[in-house]
Amino acid sequence: MKPAGFTYHRPVTVDDAVAVLAEVGPAGKVLAGGQSLVPLLNMRLAAPEHLVDINRLSGLAYVRADGDGVTVGALARHADVERDETAYAVLPLLRETLRHVAHPTIRNRGTTVGSIAHADPAGELTAVLALLGGTVTLRRAGGQRTVAAADFFTGPMSTCADAGELVTSVTFPVPEGRTGAVWTEVARRHGDYAVCGTGVVVTLDDDLRVAGARAAYVSMGPEPVVVDLTEAVAGAMYDDAGWPAAGRLAAGLLEPDDDIHATAAYRRHLAEVLTARALREAAGRAAGGQR
Amino acid sequence: MTTRSFGEPIARLEDPRLLTGRGRFLDDIGHRALAAAFVRSPHAHARIADIDVTDAVDVEGLVAIFTHDDLDGRAGEPLPLLIPHEALTHGRTGYALAKDEVNHVGEPIVMVVATDRYVAEDVCARIRVDYEFLPPVVGIEAAREAELLVHDDVPGNVAAHMVQQNGDVEAALAAAPHVLELDLDIERSASTPLEGRGVHARWDPDDASLRVYTSTQASTSVRAALAARLELPLDRVEVVAPDVGGGFGVKIVHPWPEEVLVPWAAIRLGREVKWTEDRREHFVGATHERGQLQHVEVGFDDDGRLLGLDVTVWHDNGAYTPYGIIVPIITTTQLLGPYKPGAYRAEFFSLYTNTVTVTPYRGAGRPQGCFAMERTMDAIAAHLGLDRTVVRERNFIRPDEMPYDHGLIFQDGRPLVYDSGDYPATLDKLKKLIGWDEFEAFRAEARAAGRRVGIGIACYVEGTGVGPYEGGWVKVETDGTVVAATGLTTQGQGHRTVFAQVVASELGVPVDRVVVTTGDTRRFGYAVGTFASRAAVMSGNALASAARKVREKALRVAGEALEADPRDLEIVDGVVRVTGSPAGAPGASIPLATVAVLANPLRYAFDREAERATQFGGPVDFSKPPVAEGDSPGLEDTGFYSPPRSTFANGMHAAIVETDPDTAEISILRYCVVHDCGTLINPRIVEGQIHGGVAQGVGGALYERMVYDDAGQLLNASFMDFLMPYATEVPVIETDHLETPSPLNPLGIKGAGEAGVIPGSAVLASAISDAEGFAVTRMPISPSDLFSLRLARESR
Ligand SMILES: Cc1cc2nc3c(=O)[nH]c(=O)nc-3n(C[C@H](O)[C@H](O)[C@H](O)COP(=O)(O)OP(=O)(O)OC[C@H]3O[C@@H](n4cnc5c(N)ncnc54)[C@H](O)[C@@H]3O)c2cc1C
Repeated sequence: MKPAGFTYHRPVTVDDAVAVLAEVGPAGKVLAGGQSLVPLLNMRLAAPEHLVDINRLSGLAYVRADGDGVTVGALARHADVERDETAYAVLPLLRETLRHVAHPTIRNRGTTVGSIAHADPAGELTAVLALLGGTVTLRRAGGQRTVAAADFFTGPMSTCADAGELVTSVTFPVPEGRTGAVWTEVARRHGDYAVCGTGVVVTLDDDLRVAGARAAYVSMGPEPVVVDLTEAVAGAMYDDAGWPAAGRLAAGLLEPDDDIHATAAYRRHLAEVLTARALREAAGRAAGGQR
Repeated sequence: MTTRSFGEPIARLEDPRLLTGRGRFLDDIGHRALAAAFVRSPHAHARIADIDVTDAVDVEGLVAIFTHDDLDGRAGEPLPLLIPHEALTHGRTGYALAKDEVNHVGEPIVMVVATDRYVAEDVCARIRVDYEFLPPVVGIEAAREAELLVHDDVPGNVAAHMVQQNGDVEAALAAAPHVLELDLDIERSASTPLEGRGVHARWDPDDASLRVYTSTQASTSVRAALAARLELPLDRVEVVAPDVGGGFGVKIVHPWPEEVLVPWAAIRLGREVKWTEDRREHFVGATHERGQLQHVEVGFDDDGRLLGLDVTVWHDNGAYTPYGIIVPIITTTQLLGPYKPGAYRAEFFSLYTNTVTVTPYRGAGRPQGCFAMERTMDAIAAHLGLDRTVVRERNFIRPDEMPYDHGLIFQDGRPLVYDSGDYPATLDKLKKLIGWDEFEAFRAEARAAGRRVGIGIACYVEGTGVGPYEGGWVKVETDGTVVAATGLTTQGQGHRTVFAQVVASELGVPVDRVVVTTGDTRRFGYAVGTFASRAAVMSGNALASAARKVREKALRVAGEALEADPRDLEIVDGVVRVTGSPAGAPGASIPLATVAVLANPLRYAFDREAERATQFGGPVDFSKPPVAEGDSPGLEDTGFYSPPRSTFANGMHAAIVETDPDTAEISILRYCVVHDCGTLINPRIVEGQIHGGVAQGVGGALYERMVYDDAGQLLNASFMDFLMPYATEVPVIETDHLETPSPLNPLGIKGAGEAGVIPGSAVLASAISDAEGFAVTRMPISPSDLFSLRLARESR
């Protein structure tokens, strides 16, 4: 469990970083918190010839939050996002979800952007970004683009980022209207990747009737799956909606796989149960003006 | 009375060192050593057609590549079968490096030595091994069906078949008013110590001697094995277990292939060589335990009293049997727990599979046996509509029936005779601790709130302190420090503390004056090892015996100096004094340090203390030689303890669980332990042992399994997917003790090391069954498993 040899680069500006990435092309890999990449290197499941360490790009170590959303720079650790009070005030879902991501020591090191770039279909933040319709900003030598989450994730551990591109930030928008959002999951142990996890957003109209219900899932498909469940609950009062029906609808739309921790049938069952639970709670929050 | 730390819950003496990072574990040793890495089989069953190193030889930093062909002399022979047994008719062991055939994923084939581990792994990646695939045998069913064989010359894949019987079971079952049959299944788990294995070897050509550091539970036996394998005189080989980060059984196996190869390469290359096992290697290259299928047939009367018990066990021993058939022997004998089984018959088949070899892991076959017996007890209670504790109580061996002879042969080859224990009292304490009789009220309350809860119980008896012997050496230095050594090894249990307590109390010195060394063959050469909850019983009593002899001599020497009768002397806080005399009374006391000086007549005064012991140091009796005949210089002695048979500790666990009606998640609300390991040397350390054991028990019950696919690939060979419980998964553990001294040894102690793990699967299966209303027969159980069981019941 020692990595194969690689050339190590440690740029101090974003321009230098993208220059190096451009130069090394597909032979290069970005090293952020290393919590996912280093194990892969040690097990020689990845053996890039060049490692571009971005830990000196201190300009990217930010969390910016305002009424529109939360933008997280590539060097913000999970813990920075988790503890940011403004981010919590505008989008409590982020902190609540991050508490399910690994353990404090790993969150102190692992980055939120790295987790998105890594695109593990079990990674909670991929689902949250997809649920909220967030965006990903990528820089390359001589250019920059912003991509919608739906286009960014292209499969398990794969994204539309090209060789030579650095993800500089991701933006989690605050949902519009009277909404409540909840994350819930079942994991084998505290902090493990979920067997099934779901994040939901419920939107209520001025009469506290359900106007919209959406859910995103981890560990239920090759990439974060977002489903619209509005049809099952539209128009119902927030405290009397048919949440179990929404859960059933969701379960029917998902195609999870068996793995060594759970059967597909159990996962689908969890999706049904957790979706209903989360929607009920989210609706309650929306009604109470809690987000 | 003298200073007595024996029995006190003092803090561990080793902790300040370990907790401030001053421990020295295997990988901390030998930074200049060459590093070894291994090419291991990626296939479960194959013939090695060719090994091609062409692409590897040019790597900078490569020192040597070895295959089986290079292993000269005895190093190339099959590894030893450590514990032969007449029932083990088809014992097989592997080679240090595979010869012709591999029988599990992870078996070492090529050894690479290089300047560092990175280079060594680069080289490994460039070595190409061609295989002819053989179909693998994976799982107990496949092994039992035996359509395919692991070893061509082992028919039916049966390594061993053994039957033990006491009474006529057929007749008892035929006559019993009630008979039940159970089929049970326990999966594999493993010791998984935080520190894996590791070996460092240094050959000194000038001295023609070998020093080996190895993360082992049995340094003296490693030494003997290496001397034999490497054809060296025993006195030219030293083996030291440095600080060891956990063992739990896996490190009792020896010599490992790597343990032979690293010293062999060090000699051959004339260089220091080191190998530190990584986690992936540990999963596939060390050993596992637990996997068994069991069939139980039990006959009982209307009160639930056992009349006959017939158990068949199919035990998965993996690819080889280096540690013999200890595990299934323990399962089939310790299964009996605190009960009188009526007529008893136990039969086991120990079966080969193309998976990692099975050797004892903490509990060593007992968790499986306990599972069989306790599931049976619950089944009887359910069948008769009786309280589960009532059925157990009715079958207990009573205190006045001790010693109790089961008429069977235990794992040490000696009769299975329980020495002492008060099972009804233990049960009583446990019922009070958990509130057994109040549980139904709690259940009703929970049910009303839409919650599902259950309570479970499991009892065990554990044979501990098996022989043949251990020894101890105690010496008082001339500065008053007491140094002690025992040959068995320590892996974090706190042996240095409890042994210091034993020695300090016997000798009459403060406990912090005692420095204990374990597992270093330079310091003590005769030992067996640390396993079977034996260290405290064996080395504790041996050190006590050595300390008593030292005390006697100290009193004799002091008596001469003080012109007093030794019988009138006592040792208090490191000072010998006339019994009852006030501290510092002139002419009535002498420090132990001075006694140590006087005990060693000297010619040369190398310091002020030594002056007193020289020939002209003081008044001398010219009629006697300086060292009396039969006496020896110095204030030191050696003692041994060899028990007539094992001593039997016992305990009972109860747990309350909650199962989520929707998500099938299982949480432990309470976990209670009542434990009896005889006289306690240090209650805090015993408690720590119980906590660690319970944590592993919870792991085995709810989280850990070795997931092999049909091809014999271990799918979860990492801590990402092998779910050892975190602190967050281990419940708060409530404990209570009973102290029923063992009549077999002077200190009255019984072992405590493995106890906590034994009833884990049994008690949690009992509680989950109680919550769900159907019997759980297969462990571990995950939420997904529980969900499947619920579905299967609904569709019935
Ligand atoms: C024991 C353990 C448990 C965990 N549990 C969870 C969990 O429950 N849920 C969860 O979501 N995660 C979990 N993680 C993963 C953790 O969240 C990681 O920190 C995160 O996935 C990756 O962040 P990182 O900064 O460590 O990225 P790295 O490991 O440095 O990189 C990961 C990948 O992303 C790429 N990358 C990183 N940053 C960028 C960038 N700015 N631009 C382009 N590419 C980039 C890297 O090249 C690499 O391929 C766990 C990790 C561990 C070790």
